[in-house]
Amino acid sequence: LAPQMAGEKAAGEKKPKKKTGEKAPAAPKATQKDVGEKKKKVKKHHASRNPVLARGIGRYSRSAMYARKALYKRKYTAPETKIEKKKKEKPRATITKPVGGDKNGGSRVVKIRKMPRYYPTEDVPRKLLSHGKKPFCQHKRRLRASITPGTVLILLTGRHRGKRVVFLKQLGTGLLLVTGPLAVNRVPLRRAHQKFVIATSTKLDISGVKIPKHLTDAYFKKKRLRKPKHQEGEIFDTEKEKYEITEQRKTDQKAVDSQILARIKKVPQLRGYLRSTFSLSNGVYPHKLVF
Amino acid sequence: VFKRFVEIGRVAFISFGPHAGKLVAIVDVIDQNRALVDGPCSGVRRQAMPFKCMQLTDFVLKFPHSARQKFVRRAWEKENINEKWAGTRWAKKIEAREKKAKMTDFDRYKVMKAKKMRNRIIKHEMKKLQKLASKKGKKPEKSEKPAKPAKAQKSEKVQKAQKAQK
Repeated sequence: LAPQMAGEKAAGEKKPKKKTGEKAPAAPKATQKDVGEKKKKVKKHHASRNPVLARGIGRYSRSAMYARKALYKRKYTAPETKIEKKKKEKPRATITKPVGGDKNGGSRVVKIRKMPRYYPTEDVPRKLLSHGKKPFCQHKRRLRASITPGTVLILLTGRHRGKRVVFLKQLGTGLLLVTGPLAVNRVPLRRAHQKFVIATSTKLDISGVKIPKHLTDAYFKKKRLRKPKHQEGEIFDTEKEKYEITEQRKTDQKAVDSQILARIKKVPQLRGYLRSTFSLSNGVYPHKLVF
Repeated sequence: VFKRFVEIGRVAFISFGPHAGKLVAIVDVIDQNRALVDGPCSGVRRQAMPFKCMQLTDFVLKFPHSARQKFVRRAWEKENINEKWAGTRWAKKIEAREKKAKMTDFDRYKVMKAKKMRNRIIKHEMKKLQKLASKKGKKPEKSEKPAKPAKAQKSEKVQKAQKAQK
């Protein structure tokens, strides 16, 4: 029984296999035929499908021939008339833009796609005057190789000139984020310009320090009130004179400084070094000093 | 009047030129201005060198004139010139000058602090001694005592300076 069953099973299996085998070679052949036939069909016209009974008399009527020639499938549209072309939706060619100023008529009609500004007689087209001039936000920001996170910098300008300060990171506009720390030399989290800073070779290990992500240029930017109501005299008083330290700044300062102070304490004499200020005296030449 | 002479075997220090800072031995004299010179243990090939760029040291080696490099080297190593040179004040001064030039800003701060502390200690001791002297009247106190604490502090300061430079 068992071998018989096996044999039947095998036979059963063979049949579907054969069928698929047959189908497989048939299918590509069919496609090849189709392609060839399509090409031929375009050129070759079918012989008359209406056998002739006598001269001038066909076997099938008009409607029967319609069906036989499958004209229900072949429907051709007439070519587009000019009116239809005109009515077709074209993409907008011009746009009206509002224009400021009293005597300027309020708006202008401006082309969206403009004519080329240059038809070359030679190879290279003329470059626009603004060629290669990028706005500030797209400028390349560079950082001196001597300035790495944790470097002690000497500030040269500003109210904190001469103070030694710890560098944290470079911000989006290229300015350096720097902190005293505040407890050491009264320099808060602040921005400093790379050019007005001396980078010393003393580096602090700041590898694990997490600087809050909301400390960006926008955070540090000076705030100015701008609401001139065309009145003179009183405006200059209402603008912010006294800078007040916000609570957020205090918390951010604490958060960053606590981490950095811990690392400063590990290096002997570094705290005292950061507390001191840099100055030149007689016989001291900056070009001869090794920082 | 003159203690160091140009002679065969005199070890000289080159003060300027491409081999500035190295020691050489005078092997032979060529003419009024030049000597044949060789520094096998200091990386100077055997060559002619003007006397002007050489400064004579206290060391003299023993080898015959125009001796080959092998013998100069032998004499040099026998006398242990490299170590003797490193022990002279001259060499130490040079080294101190180099270290000072390499000092970073942080090092300068540390040295300043060390100097300050040392000077305070010295002043303190001096004041103490002055007080003693004024108290005991006009008995002339010899200046032996101030020398001792000064020397002790000097060694401390040197150690601190060395630490700072390291």
